[in-house]
Amino acid sequence: MNSGSPGAGEHTGAVDDSLDVRGITVHFGGLVALDDVSLSAAARQVTGIIGPNGAGKTTLLNVLCGFVRPQAGTIAFGGRQLSRMRPHRLARLGIARTLQGIGLFSGLTVVENVMVGATSRSRAGFWSGLLGLPRSDHDERRLRDDAMRALELVGVGEHAEAMPDTLAHGLRKRVALARALVARPRLLLLDEPASGLSDSELADLGDLMTSLAEQCTVVVIEHRMDLMMSVCQQIFVLDFGKVIAAGTPEQIQADPAVTAAYLGSDVVTSDGTEQDAAAADGASGNAARAAGQHEEASQ
Amino acid sequence: MQEFVEFTLGGVSDGVIYAAIGLSLVLIWRATRVLNYAQGGLAMFTSYIALMVINATGNYWLGFVVALAAGLVIGGVVERVVIRPAAGKPHLNTVIVTIGLLILVEGLAGIIYGSKNRSFPTPYSIVGAKIGSFDLGEGASPSAIFTAVAVLAAAGLLAVLFRYTPVGLRMRASAFSGTVAQLMGVRVGRITTLGWALAGLIGALAGMLVTPQTFLYPNSMDSIFVLGFTAAVIGGLDSPGGAIVGGLILGVLLNYVTGYVGSNLPELAGLALLILVLMFRPSGLFASTATRQV
Repeated sequence: MNSGSPGAGEHTGAVDDSLDVRGITVHFGGLVALDDVSLSAAARQVTGIIGPNGAGKTTLLNVLCGFVRPQAGTIAFGGRQLSRMRPHRLARLGIARTLQGIGLFSGLTVVENVMVGATSRSRAGFWSGLLGLPRSDHDERRLRDDAMRALELVGVGEHAEAMPDTLAHGLRKRVALARALVARPRLLLLDEPASGLSDSELADLGDLMTSLAEQCTVVVIEHRMDLMMSVCQQIFVLDFGKVIAAGTPEQIQADPAVTAAYLGSDVVTSDGTEQDAAAADGASGNAARAAGQHEEASQ
Repeated sequence: MQEFVEFTLGGVSDGVIYAAIGLSLVLIWRATRVLNYAQGGLAMFTSYIALMVINATGNYWLGFVVALAAGLVIGGVVERVVIRPAAGKPHLNTVIVTIGLLILVEGLAGIIYGSKNRSFPTPYSIVGAKIGSFDLGEGASPSAIFTAVAVLAAAGLLAVLFRYTPVGLRMRASAFSGTVAQLMGVRVGRITTLGWALAGLIGALAGMLVTPQTFLYPNSMDSIFVLGFTAAVIGGLDSPGGAIVGGLILGVLLNYVTGYVGSNLPELAGLALLILVLMFRPSGLFASTATRQV
């Protein structure tokens, strides 16, 4: 992957593009998934959300992209209230998200998948597209060009005409990322972008995320602590639906409450080195991922 | 030899009708995962509208255009008014809703237009073509050729829409996952309405083309609907191209049955084929591994 512009868009990287979440509460029946969660993500930074499996991280992303309506709380982005907006409206405001389960359209080619991601910017109206008027034709070509550029940015340009199911996991993740980037998002929500990636792919991903943060606000959920510690400027820790800690990676690592909550009581280490923490997280990562898939399937 | 050619051409001519109905069912299936049992009934209704216009103005083509426009509008309205409220509820609800809709339109047609059989005009002659003394049969009449050209042109336009326009791309994306498409900024509700509207248009076209052979009465599209459904199932329900091929296979096969075996058998043969396909190739003759949830 090479770094570069995901498309110098009309609305990328405005300085006030900060996300402000206040008092979000979500119940599923009697289960409290999020309990008065407040956090903020500064513009042009990578903000991480970590926490043990079931802490409510994916639910929080679902609230941010409009899939789940909170019972209480407000969300503001760039000074604009987002609460109660439908997902397609949020997409048009420049909020893009990747999915844990990747979620590519299996019957569309790779480049077509990415073109759908650019659809929120497509100016072709409903009727002109239907009637195949010239502007729509022009639009189609522009969508395709934009999609190709996004694919090349994440290093999968040569697979543009392949069907997604024929690609390896890591490549499909990149396609999903390209599909989010092609919308030239102002706010990019990444749901476990590193799961299933090799170490070298992980390093590329870290570089890419850092370069993306120059263009837009990035919020990431991830289990790979090594990635989070190196990429995030700010980290929030969720546990049982509550924010239990917030701060820089250094502050988070030094917080004993985080270590206890995040690693669980069975992995308390005598010397508490960073090495142990990362290894233990890697081990719990698989179980967490499996459970995360459940969470997504129920969406 | 002459019989064989005659039966084959007649089969193609019938088959494009089944293909058109099948295509309209596929459009709806892809948009909402619903089988619209009222699709034939709606085509019957738009044919009545066309007949009224033709009788009033004496202009076949005006009636033709009005029927297609009515199909487009009725398809979209049906989706908004009766299908969408049932979305997200148990699948059986939409099945009942579409069956109820069928009963409603057939009842309405009976109340408004009466139940007698009405003859329906064709724009071109139904006299079969001959090459020298070699009779090609009704399947080669100008009317039959118009039927085939009209259906294939409609299918071709749909293919272009799907393949080469942003709206078509959104329709295909929504068919694979509405939730993810919504996340990408696609207004899935609109796309769904569009799918139903286009299906209504194709259904109205099929009604215009087949009604001259069946006469027009409130149940006139019932058996055509079953055969159109069979065509769609042969093609796999998900594939517009499959519905076209399925319709042609079915049309030719049924004409051979009628011609060589007995003229009472084609509808029975159609149903038997439907059952066989559902039993042995439930995802269609052309599907590779896709599974379908019913």
